[in-house]
Order: sequence, then C-alpha cells, then structure tokens
Amino acid sequence: MSSPARQPFGLAALKDAAIAALITLGLFAPVMGLRTAQDNSGLTIVENWWPVLVAVAVVFFGRLILNAFFWSDNGFKVTDLIPRGEATAKVGETLAKLLAPVLIIVAIGLPLIPGLDRYYIDLGILVLTYVMLGWGLNIVVGLAGLLDLGYVAFYAVGAYSFALIATVVIPNYAPGLELWAFWICLPLAGLLAAFWGIILGFPVLRLRGDYLAIVTLAFGEIIRIVLLNWYEFTGGPNGINRIPDATFFGLEFKRNNGFADFFGLDYSSTQKFIFLYYLILVLAFLTNFATIRLRRLPIGRAWEAMREDEIACRSLGLSIVKTKLTAFALGAMFGGFAGSFFATKQGFISPESFSFIESANILAIVVLGGMGSQLGIAIAALVMVGGFEYFREFEQYRMLVFGLAMVLIMIWRPRGLISSRTATVFLKEKKTVSADMVAEGRG
Amino acid sequence: MEYFLQQLINGLTLGSIYGLIAIGYTMVYGIIGMINFAHGDIFMVGAFVSLIALLLITALGITAVPLALLLVLVIAMIITSLYGWTVERVAYRPLRGSFRLAPLISAIGMSIVLQNYIQIVQGARVKAIQPIVTGGIPLMESADGFVARIANIQIIIIVTTVVLMTVFSLIVAKTSLGRAQRACEQDLKMAALLGIDTNRVISLTFVMGAALAAVAGCMYLVYYGVLDFYIGFVAGVKAFTAAVLGGIGSLPGAMLGGILIGLIEAFWAGYFSSEYKDVAAFSILAIALIFLPTGILGRPEVEKV
Repeated sequence: MSSPARQPFGLAALKDAAIAALITLGLFAPVMGLRTAQDNSGLTIVENWWPVLVAVAVVFFGRLILNAFFWSDNGFKVTDLIPRGEATAKVGETLAKLLAPVLIIVAIGLPLIPGLDRYYIDLGILVLTYVMLGWGLNIVVGLAGLLDLGYVAFYAVGAYSFALIATVVIPNYAPGLELWAFWICLPLAGLLAAFWGIILGFPVLRLRGDYLAIVTLAFGEIIRIVLLNWYEFTGGPNGINRIPDATFFGLEFKRNNGFADFFGLDYSSTQKFIFLYYLILVLAFLTNFATIRLRRLPIGRAWEAMREDEIACRSLGLSIVKTKLTAFALGAMFGGFAGSFFATKQGFISPESFSFIESANILAIVVLGGMGSQLGIAIAALVMVGGFEYFREFEQYRMLVFGLAMVLIMIWRPRGLISSRTATVFLKEKKTVSADMVAEGRG
Repeated sequence: MEYFLQQLINGLTLGSIYGLIAIGYTMVYGIIGMINFAHGDIFMVGAFVSLIALLLITALGITAVPLALLLVLVIAMIITSLYGWTVERVAYRPLRGSFRLAPLISAIGMSIVLQNYIQIVQGARVKAIQPIVTGGIPLMESADGFVARIANIQIIIIVTTVVLMTVFSLIVAKTSLGRAQRACEQDLKMAALLGIDTNRVISLTFVMGAALAAVAGCMYLVYYGVLDFYIGFVAGVKAFTAAVLGGIGSLPGAMLGGILIGLIEAFWAGYFSSEYKDVAAFSILAIALIFLPTGILGRPEVEKV
C-alpha cells in the first residue's frame, strides 16, 4: 500500500497492486487461514483458505481498478464524486429540512399502524433508546467537545438508582406509592446521574482532549467493576430483578382495573409496549428540545466556544469550570433518564449491560451522525442499531462494521455524513460551514 | 516474608509484560502525540499469532522448547509488526492535520475492528494450552511450609524483557533511525524540513511498538496459557497507565511504570482483594493523569498558544 501511482495505467500500477495483495496475504494468511479449534486432544489448527484468497483477490483487483481509473492523472478522482464546500452544505441543509419532519411523523405514527407486529414496536423502542443516548452524549461530545468514553456509567447510574429506589426504598419507606414508582424515580435517577456527572467531572477539569477521554474510560470501568463486586448493594453479577413496570400515571397495564378499563378499551398486551414506545419517544424529544434550546442560551454558546478553542474561551472570561461541569451534568442526566427507562423496560439489570463496548457503541453513533448534528445521530442510530437488529444474520459483523465506519468517517468526513456546522451565533450574515472546510476543530 | 517475595516475583513478571506493551504507547505518543488506542489489541493479535505459530510448530514436530519458543517469538514479531504498520498506514496516516480528536476516534474504531476481526476468524471461545515451560527454583521456605519460588517461565520473561529493552534502547540511542526518532519527537515539522522522511520514521515506530507488543503477547500466552479476543482491552489500559505513570514519551519511564503497575497489581491482589485489582489500576490511571500528568521520568509539556 505504497503511495498511489499517479501515472497512466501500467507496470507501476501492477506492482503497486501486487505489493498490496502480498501485504493482505501476510495479514490474513496466518490469522484467518489457520483457525484454532478445540477438539478432544486440545487445540488444533483447521485450515480455512478460501476467505484469505478472496480477500487477496479483492485487494489486488480493487487496487488495480483504483490505480487505473481513480488515481491516475487522466482519470477522474473518486473524491470528485462527493460534492465539496458550499455545495455539500446546501445539499445537507435541504436534505435535513426534508428528512427531519418525515422522520418525526414516522416515529409518531409507527405504533398506530393497525395490526403492526409487536416486534417492530420493540425495535422502535431499542432504536429510540440509542437515539436518546446519542443525543445525550452529543451534549458532551458534539457541543462541548469533551470526548467521553465512559458515558455508559451514567446510563448505569440511572438504571441502578431507579432499580434500587423502586425495589428497596419505595416498598420499605413509602408503601402505597408503588404505582407511581416510575414517575418518582425517573427525576431522582436523572438527578443522581447528573450529580455523578459533576463528581466525575471535577477531577478532569484540567485535562486536555485525549487524556480526558482516557480518564472518563477509567471512571466508567471503575463504576462497572464496583457494581459487579458490591454484592450487598447491587446484587453483583446477578443484578437486580423484578423492577416494577412503568405505569400510565398510576394506571397499570393489566387485564382488570388497569389502563384499558379506565379508558374503556379492550385489553391488549401490546398497549404496554405502545406506551413504552411513546415514553421513550417523549424522553428523546425532551433531550432534543433541551439541546436545541440550550444551544441558544449563553451556556450552550459557551460550550461551542470551548469546543473550538479553550484558551481563547478562558481569555474572554468564560468559566471553564462551569462550562465543563454543566455539559457533564446535563449529558449525564439524559443518560440517567435513558438508564431508568432501560431498567423499567427490561425489568432486570446487571453490570453486563454497561460495559465499555456499550460506550463505544453510543460514541460510534454520535461520530457517524456527525458530532453536533441531531438529525445525523438519529439516522445513525436508526441505520446502525435498527438495521442490524433487523438483519439478524449479520449480527456478528455489527461491531466490525461500527469500527470500520468510525475509521472511514474520520478519514473522509470527519464531521459526519450529513453534518454541516451552522454557527449559532454569527456576525451580520449567517454562513454555513461545510464539513470539508474545517480543520483543527474549527467550524 | 516468603509471601512478600512471591508477590514481588509475580509483580515483576507481570510488570515486564506491561512494560513491553507500554513502550509502544509511549513511543507513538512521543512522536505524533496520539494515544494509539488499538495498541492493546495489537498485543492481543500478537498473542493469537503466537498461539497459531506454537500449534503449527508443535504439529511440525519441533519439540525442543527453547527453539520452539524462539521461532514463535520471531514469527509473532514479524506478523504483528505487519499489523502495526497496516493500522498506522490505513487508519492514522490519512488523519495527519485533521482535528485534535480524530486520530483517537479512529484508533478506537480500529480497536473495535481488530477485536471483532479476531472474534470472527478465531472464534469467541477462550483458547487454553498446556503449559510448555514447567518447573522452577524454590527460593525460601517459611515456617508453615509456604515456598516462595521463581518459575522458569518467569525467569524467561524477565530475561527476555531485559534483553529486548537493552536492544531497543540501543536502537533509539545509537542508530540513525533512533536519531531520526528523537528528532521527530522534539519537533516533527522541523525534522521534516531537515530532510527526515517523517512518514517512514512514524511507520517504523509503529512497527517497533507492535513487535514489542507481540513479544508481550507471546509471553502472556506461555505464562497464563489462556487467551481470548478481549484480553487486549484491559492489558492495553494498564500498559497505557504504565506509560503515563512513567512519563509519557520516555522509554525507561515506560518500563519503570510497567513494573510499578505490575507490582501494585500483584500486591493488591495478594494482600487485599483480587476482584478490585482492576479498580486499583484504573484509579492509578486517573490519579496519575490528574495529579502527575508528566509522570515520573517525563518532561513537562509546555502548551504553546
């Protein structure tokens, strides 16, 4: 994979392709071609050469084609296919204007489609949970520019606070309020998560981007390990079960004297799921609404300013402490809400659900959506979570695709697929800056 | 006393492995200022290549343990270096001059890719092998019969680490490549202006880091005898902690940090609780980054505006 040959198709291109193919062979032959497998006598090697041959052939011919048509001087360049500069920004803007209302209508209307299988509602709930988490993390990563690799910790704090208050505190200290458990615990869980956001935010105030990322990763892992090992409090690896269901403002979803009877409807088990669907939809919209409004408040502007240049920000008298802590706290709060929802929907939580992979998952959605773009995140969650859930047979390739997509996005469109940064504050004229024209965190 | 000695030996062995991985982090950070998040997974790939090489060599009928180990080590170093080189070429080089967090995000993506690639091609199940180096030397016996001993494999690990550290320190100190690396570390742009092929230097730095990670992977395999596709994450974070603790950018610092982390982990597990040993490592990472960001042997970083 030496530098692409910038000359007419010929021997050089052939040589380049051959080298690339040889490297591919070196990479894949030992690890992919020789598979270790367990049999009665211990580990043995099973040969498996076809995928290696295919990979080598794809690289060889792919490289050849790239050299012949895209990288040579007389051919056209692959980058020409992507409109640049203002054009992209325009296209992105029109697309966003058209797509956003359509998505909202589909999201609201989905459960109302008569005869819809419950599976699709479950799928919708899953996607919306990730949309909400993505939007929550977006406050920290996209707006304030603080790369948080431990976001799932707040999700966990929300879920565990909810579960513990609903299963231990309320039955023991406030019996009679069981039906309202969800509505009491939801704000409490959000507050607790925000509180933890501040606690974990304090020590990292002085840290720069990548160090901050690693420390948040460490905090996330510490919280998970504590949850895993503190048996008396969290139940350890067994987790907490029999978490109460959410009620429709005190009305349970059951056959008699519940939601259906109260409104004179026929009882159906899907009612609960439709309710959960709308619940997470409302929570997600709440996150989105709060984010959009916050961006227009001084604090939101301070986030964006800090993202672009922390030193300039400090010189102009903005309090970095306040700006960073509010970003952490608010991001954590929405993570906590999502965690509560997760706990009540599942009815069971354990530390397994809150590993680093989950943080990476949410981060990947934010990155793919274009850090800072609300619509982009929703689409990324829909495609990456919904898409893979729908095509179950490709499930094992899901994280592979996530990872590859993260790398490719960083190389080609570092601001995300459809993102364009529109500054919230502007002088005289509103200019849209396309993703291609920004470097070094500006734009 | 015997128990203490035993934990000391275990800690030194573990620390050697962490130190070898930490060098990859510290060299890369020194030159291009990025955290190579995928380095832990390069270590994991190294362990898997070692496993495959070991099985192949056994199948070929080479039973002399020193020869087999040496062959495994060499094969693992070559293949893993190729992985290190490719990762840099594909995922990091196109990002020079991109915004600050781009390389880190790309590295996280690469880490996910490597983990899942190995999971798909080698299976998700834990791989276990019979110990190939057995025996040891008893050192001390306490009154109640506890024997502190140093296992042969521990001797091999510590000696290999010392030898490799010396070789790599010499490369950095004496060869023209090492001189170029040190120049790039001081000022990448100036080094380029003075005619150093900085891309080549960066590539070779990744190759060196990956080769040492492969050695660590091989040692991990023969020491523990079990591995899966997920070992790179925790080992990587601990090795990064070691690099930070020792002073990022400093080679002896990485080794010192590695040994410190190994000792802390061994004593923590030996005297307190083994469940929380990872919490100890992660806490040290956070504490070191917050209160001691330049590490023990590192130079203070001056932020230029």
